[in-house]
Parts: sequence; structure tokens; C-alpha cells
Amino acid sequence: MNTQFWVVQAFNGISYGALLFLVGSGLSLIFGVMRIVNLSHGAYFLWGGYIALSVIHLTGSWALSIPIAALAVAAIGIAMERLFLRTEGLEILRNATIALGIGVLIGLTIARVYPAIGASKVNFAIACVLATIAMFFILRRVSLVPIDNDVLRQVLLTVGFAFLFQQGALDIWGGNNMDIIPPPAFTQSIVVGGVYLPLYRVFMIAMAVSIGIVLWLVMEKTRMGAAVRATVDDAQMARGVGIDTNRISMFIFALGAFLAALGGVIGGAFLGIYPGLDFEMLPLAFAVVIIGGMGSLGGAAIGALAVGLADNFGKALFPEVSYFTLYAPMVLILAIKPTGLFGRD
Amino acid sequence: MVSQKIKIAMVVVGLLALLYIVPQSGSFVVLLATRAMSFAILAMSVDLLLGYTGMSSMGQAAYFGVGAYLTAVLATKFHFGLGWDFWLVVVLGVLIGCALAALFGLFAIRAGGVYFLMITLALGQCVWGLAYRWNSLTGGDNGINMTVRPNFGFDLTNQVTFFYLVFAFFAVSMLMMYVLVRSPFGQSLAGIRERELRMQILGYNTWLHKYIAFIIAGGFGGLAGVLWAHTNGHVSPETVVLTTSVDALLMVVLGGAGTLVGATIGTAIVFGLREYLSTLVPWWQYALGGVYVLTILYLPMGLMGIPAWIRARRSKQDKPGSPEKLATKPS
Repeated sequence: MNTQFWVVQAFNGISYGALLFLVGSGLSLIFGVMRIVNLSHGAYFLWGGYIALSVIHLTGSWALSIPIAALAVAAIGIAMERLFLRTEGLEILRNATIALGIGVLIGLTIARVYPAIGASKVNFAIACVLATIAMFFILRRVSLVPIDNDVLRQVLLTVGFAFLFQQGALDIWGGNNMDIIPPPAFTQSIVVGGVYLPLYRVFMIAMAVSIGIVLWLVMEKTRMGAAVRATVDDAQMARGVGIDTNRISMFIFALGAFLAALGGVIGGAFLGIYPGLDFEMLPLAFAVVIIGGMGSLGGAAIGALAVGLADNFGKALFPEVSYFTLYAPMVLILAIKPTGLFGRD
Repeated sequence: MVSQKIKIAMVVVGLLALLYIVPQSGSFVVLLATRAMSFAILAMSVDLLLGYTGMSSMGQAAYFGVGAYLTAVLATKFHFGLGWDFWLVVVLGVLIGCALAALFGLFAIRAGGVYFLMITLALGQCVWGLAYRWNSLTGGDNGINMTVRPNFGFDLTNQVTFFYLVFAFFAVSMLMMYVLVRSPFGQSLAGIRERELRMQILGYNTWLHKYIAFIIAGGFGGLAGVLWAHTNGHVSPETVVLTTSVDALLMVVLGGAGTLVGATIGTAIVFGLREYLSTLVPWWQYALGGVYVLTILYLPMGLMGIPAWIRARRSKQDKPGSPEKLATKPS
């Protein structure tokens, strides 16, 4: 174990930390602003990667795939937040979405029971549409129970969606392990002081640092950022002084989903994209958030660095207990200071 | 309202019907019922925490996992627990679940609300990390294959015999938890769930009450793990993974938290969808996810809350304009 080992491992840890920052900062903001523990966050990561793969497949452009995937997942995040996590208003749209979901399932059931209907696409579509319309009118007669700030229901709702996203990804993109291949320019290595550093990992670090700086500027220097910080500190008071906290939470949810998807596109090049990745990233993102403190950007950066380094050195030095050494400090921090190292409560 | 005696009678009839019908069905149903019942013990232990004490644990799979790994390691490495000593393994499984919960509880109980959720998640991940990586003991990602089931006069290799055994454990666990929640101790747990501060003012040591409930739930989790290991003949990190904990939590909420029977019904539905529907159609997971989402949106009290929901709807129709109060939410 010479200096080179330490330098390479530290570099790998930092670049992994850069990826974790993208995933963790969004989760942290969502928790800080809305007090929602979003278990769909891993699914956003996975979908970001998959959508990027499709864009690359269609257009051949890796650079184009990054914004498209991130924006698409941000739209999914907004829809989830506005329709299901916050249940006031937009009743018709929500009922229509649920009715469509159930309608298609009923259609599929009918197609399974009567294969004659399943054989023709037109018949199948008619069955689905009829079921959807029927469901829509049934749903209008039942009212849902407002979720308000029930932590457990929010958590379980996001898990339910995570399962739906998981199956959706499996159906759309299949179960194979896929790789996002960045342009050849990124696959080279640069030599610094006799150590080979893959250029792609350097790019990851640069990306995370620049995103971190932009986020920090938005949070500290803009009116929007000030409103977000006020909402993190005391949502009720923020509403009292005229901040539209509903708009803030929608913006933050979109931003969180955007960042997670960005992580998926960028991380997909060296982790690969495969079913199950969503629930693998999720606990890591939580470790980042908890160590740094929920709702704190600087905390997320330090948490991500700590988790990235702990993960890399743990795997290299004592592989048998490597995940334990990652999650045990998380427990200790939660037990001693539940708000994390940099969180406020 | 249906009186408590009638409810108990309904549960007993249901269990007897299960005991009569399942062994006559095919081996697929017998195995499915056995798996669901051993998992239902875990779900009921989650309900003990969530429904009766108001603690939503996201790491209950940890106790399930140590019970399962204990059984598998003892059986494969030491050939222990394959005869009469199976009962010793059961006791050890309960004890190791209790011991782990006693350790974890020291960290977890002090946190409340969302922080309890997070800390139990982290504790569960610690156990998962060891199971996944500690190759020499746990077999890592591949897990441990157990070739034989215990044989002590009764040969548990026979699916139906094994079903009867798991059924007995399940029924006894349910009875024990029912007695527990009806006891004065259980009543004070419900008091903590409703309003912890008031219980503190009344002089209850709420920390200790929660800690003891946590340990008991851990013990049942360990027991469920022992049975689960023998049911599947295979133990892998899947047993301790985050989604197993979340599954148990969702089953409880789906059936109805704070009812024990609800946890069982929730388990039965999820296992039915997952293992029976999946043999019929490829889109079964949409049905499962959809059931979760719809239950949480429309029926936060779970399926056991349907009678109360219908009553509330009827009385609302009788008296138009009365305030909308469909369900009281567990918190």
C-alpha cells in the first residue's frame, strides 16, 4: 500500500462522492422544505439513466441526453408532488390519472380472460377506455383522505410509486444490464504526478462542483432561494409573510427529481443501469442526507464526500464489513444529533 | 359495532377454515400459505410497533434476518437444529431478535417521528451490509442454501406437516400479541401512541414502555426469521434488504394498523398478488403498487377500516352537511 494506492482510492472516493452529492442534495432539499422522506428518489435516478439511454439510442447525442432525461424526470416529480403528495385541488386531473391506471389494468385483465379481445388492439383500447370512464365516475363519488403532514403515509405513498416506477422501467427497458457510453473524449485518462486518472471521473467532480456552486448561488443570492430557506426554517411563518410555500415545494420537488436524474445519467456511465439500482442508491442517498443534515446544501456536500470516501476505502481495506462501516456512523450521528451534522431544526 | 367476542369468534373460525382448507389444496397453496404465515408473524410485530405504540419501524427486517441467518448458519455449519434441537434454535432465534432489538432500541427509541423512521432504516442497513459482505459467515450475495428441514419424529420435509407447525407458531404468536395489547401494558402503549406527553405527565416511563415493546417486536421478528429460513431452505441478503422492511410496513397499513388481523390479511393479499398473480400475468407489480397507492390515498385505516368507512358514509348521507370525518389517522 503505497502513496499511489491512497491517491487513487481517494480520487475514486471523491468522484463517487460527486455522484452522491447530485442524488443526496435533491433528497435533502425535498426533506428540508416539505418534510417528505421521498423513497421514490432512487427511482428518479434509475429513470434518469434509462431515459438518457433512449435519447442516446434515438439521437446518438450524449450531451443532449443529459438535459432531456433530467427535465423529463423533473416533470414526473412535479406530477407526483402536485397530484398525489399534495392532495388539495386538481381533483379532476388526479381522478383521471388514477382512472386511467386502473382502466388499463382492467383492460389487461379482460384481455387475459377473453383472449379474443386481447388479440385486437382496437378492442383492447375500447375496453381500456370504457373501464377508464367507468372508474372516473366511480372515483368522483369517493373522496380521498387528505394526506396533510402524515409522515408515514407520505413515505408509503412514495414507496408505492417507487414500485410502480420499478416495474415500469422493467417493462419499457427490459431487465438487462445496460451502459451509458460517454463520448470517446471522456474515456481517456490524464496523468497527474504518475497517477492515471480517468477523465470521466474528473468530469463528474467538475459537474458536481459546478452544480453545487449554482445551487448555492440560487439559494443564497436570489429571492427564490431566500423563500426556500425561509420555508426550510419555518414553513408556517413563511406562509404568514406571504411566501407561496406550495409553489416552493413544487419547485423543490422538481429540482430534487432533476438532480437525481442528472445523477442517473452521469452515474450510469460507470455504475451501469440495471433493475434494482434504484433501491441500491436510495439508502446511500439517505446516508448522505443524514450525515450532512436534512435541508442543508453544504451538509449534503460534506455528507456525500464522507460517504463516497467511506464506501471506497471500506471496500478496499476491509471488504467484509464495508457497508457496516458506512451505515454505523449514520446510526451514531442520528442517535447523537438527529438533525445531522449541519442540519437545523 | 361488532362486539369483541364476535370478532374473536370470526378470527377463530377463519383460522380453523384455513387449517381445514389449505392442506387439501395443492402443494403450491400449501407452500404459499406457509410462506405467508411465517411472514405474517413479522408483519404483526411491525403492527405491534406501528399500530399499538405509534412507532413506524423501517428496519424490522433486521430481526427477521438475524433469526433466518442464525438458523441457516447453525444448520449448515454445525448441523445444529435439525432434530429435537430445532426447538432450541427457535428459542435462540427469539433471543437473538430480542438482543438485537435491545441494542438497536438504545439508539432508536430516543428519536421520534421521521427520525425514528430514518434511524431504524440505518440500523436495518447495518445488518444488511454485514449479511451482504461478510462472505465467510453469510455466503455474501449468494446466501446460504439449507438442504434439509428438521426431523424430530415429525418429518418437516413433508410440506403439510411443516404447514401445521408454522400454523401453530402463527396462531400462538397472534394469541400472545393479542393478550399483550389487551394487557395493562398494551393499554399504556396505546396511550403513548395517542399522546406521549400526557402519559409522561401521568408518571409513565414512556421510554421504557417503548423500549420493551421494541424488544418484544424484535423477538417475534427473530421467530419469523427462523421459520422463514426453513420454509424457503435458502437465506440471502434479500431477507434483510430495505424493501423487506418496507413490505412488512405496507402489509400492515394495507390490512389496517392496530388490528393484528389486518397485518395478517395484508400479508395474505400481498403474497397472493406477488406469488399467485405473478404466475398468471406479467403486470402483477402494477396491481401491487396500485393497491398500495390507492389504500394510502383512500383508506388510511386499511381494509379493516372499511366497515367504519361505510358507517361514516352512511351517517353522512343521513345527515347532509355534517363534517366530513372518514377515518382517524394513526400517527
